[in-house]
Amino acid sequence: MRRALGTIAIFGAACVALGFLLLPIVAIFVHTEPGNLLSQLSNPAVVDALVVSLRASAIAQLVVVAFGTPTAYLLATRRFPGHALVITLVELPLVLPPAVAGLGLLVAFGRNGLLGSTLEVFGVSIPFTQTAVVLAVVFVASPLYLRQAIAAFESVDPNLVAASRTLGAGSTRTFFRVILPLARGGLAAGFALALARGLGEFGATIMFAGSLQGVTQTLPLAIYAEFDRNFDATLAMGALLVVISAALLLTLKLTTIWQASRRSSRSPSGLLSWS
Amino acid sequence: MASLAAELALPLRSFELELTLEVGGTVALVGPSGAGKTSVLRAIAGLVRPRTGRVALDDDVWFDSARRIARRPEERRVGLLFQDYALFPHLDVRRNVEYAGRGRADPYLERFRIAHLAGAWPAELSGGERQRVALARALARDPAVLLLDEPLSALDAHTKAGVRSELQQLLRELALPTILVTHDFQDAAALADEVGVLVDGRLRQLASPQQLVARPSDAFVASFTGANLLRGVARPVADDVTHVLLDTGETVYSADTAEGAVGVVVYPWDVSVARAHHEDSAMNAIHGEIGALVELGNRIRVSIGPITAEVTTSSARRLELSRGGPGIATFKATATRLVPLG
Repeated sequence: MRRALGTIAIFGAACVALGFLLLPIVAIFVHTEPGNLLSQLSNPAVVDALVVSLRASAIAQLVVVAFGTPTAYLLATRRFPGHALVITLVELPLVLPPAVAGLGLLVAFGRNGLLGSTLEVFGVSIPFTQTAVVLAVVFVASPLYLRQAIAAFESVDPNLVAASRTLGAGSTRTFFRVILPLARGGLAAGFALALARGLGEFGATIMFAGSLQGVTQTLPLAIYAEFDRNFDATLAMGALLVVISAALLLTLKLTTIWQASRRSSRSPSGLLSWS
Repeated sequence: MASLAAELALPLRSFELELTLEVGGTVALVGPSGAGKTSVLRAIAGLVRPRTGRVALDDDVWFDSARRIARRPEERRVGLLFQDYALFPHLDVRRNVEYAGRGRADPYLERFRIAHLAGAWPAELSGGERQRVALARALARDPAVLLLDEPLSALDAHTKAGVRSELQQLLRELALPTILVTHDFQDAAALADEVGVLVDGRLRQLASPQQLVARPSDAFVASFTGANLLRGVARPVADDVTHVLLDTGETVYSADTAEGAVGVVVYPWDVSVARAHHEDSAMNAIHGEIGALVELGNRIRVSIGPITAEVTTSSARRLELSRGGPGIATFKATATRLVPLG
């Protein structure tokens, strides 16, 4: 009897926890009729925000991958004095409050900022432009990519790299034919995490880029702006972000499973065979 | 045959590796783990840079610290077989071999009898198959020097004997300067013309396997080699008896089966020493002059002609063994093992 009560208590706690996590997400989809949600997707404010979000994310992730990949490779393969310090600095934006990140970007690239005052001389002004949105996303999202990419490069067996070299491949060919394919899963995971984090960016963007519809107003900013004007539009954007985030998460999980099964064996009965 | 000359000084974790090697045929580097054996291969392949030294294949200089020459690994024609074989897990067998052969895989797949595995992934292969793929890949690179790091250690005892004789034949066919790292003296004796004993980064002795056993430069080399090795030609005479005509003209019998050129392996502790021998005895007997008498604790290592025996101190005293005197080493046919030799 006592054991049965214990089991019921455990199941009860699990139900409460899972219900609590699921309820807000379900609420977004059921608060209004599905038809209403769909029709709101053509609302100009929603369309503008989606375009700004997608464009800023695309450019930001391109920058993250282009600069982050070589940086991560360097940090994964070279040991130098202060290596641990550099790794810690890379991870700092992850734990930094977004408002502080926005403030930092403003005093760095703002009109009277550290670098901004120099840019101003050349007639370049960054705050409250789409460039500012991109910079904010890069700043908060790149550490996620960097961390995963460093771990992915570190997990490549150095003997495979050495083997490639002794087989006559130079360092460039070795990177593209051996290192990159073996690190691909980790890089994809980092990319998905950075993309998800970037799409949800709010605090740093609103401080550094403002919330101008069609220019700097991303989906999360538009949700906030439309909140007391058009609640159905807000819900539509919320539902859109839930779908995108879930899709990213699912891709990430499937990639991980596929990678794991491939490493052990790639025969048709891959998951069952033994090596 | 070309000749590889290596002169290296390379700081390792707790000592500096220092050695000079001249490799024409096959040299085996043996020694305890952590002695720097693998580092020698990596330095010659260009994967680590020695502090000072010189590596050259005939007139082709790969590394010369004095002349500031340090060719990259891809610019040195080495075939390096890694201890764990280092097959690319994301490429199938064919593409692993093609990686080195720039698209030419078939001749190598056929040569190593792995054509039927062309589409298999490295994770699906057995140890012996992996070794063959790794060898095929190393040779597809068309190397001028072969470096083999523990080529047999990843194999189980059952597979090992067969793979060893295949490797022996391969090395003979290739006729490339080869350095082979192993911790097994038996493998070294079977595969190499010369064996170098590397301890704490220094070459204690470099000699033929027979010489190492017969005349170890120090106690470590003696204990490391462990066994006697007598060269001869084997001829089976009965189901479980093999007749071996030794190069010295003497005859021994072995309970092992083999045919052709063999090394008779017998451990010193299986060898007894006598002053007289009855011709009708079933024991093998080798007559010779008593050479060195080396004390090892409560035992004495006695060399009689080409063979080393280990006897207790008291029996050595009883037999009145003395350097230069005549002696007979006797051992049972069942105490011998036959290792095929090239």
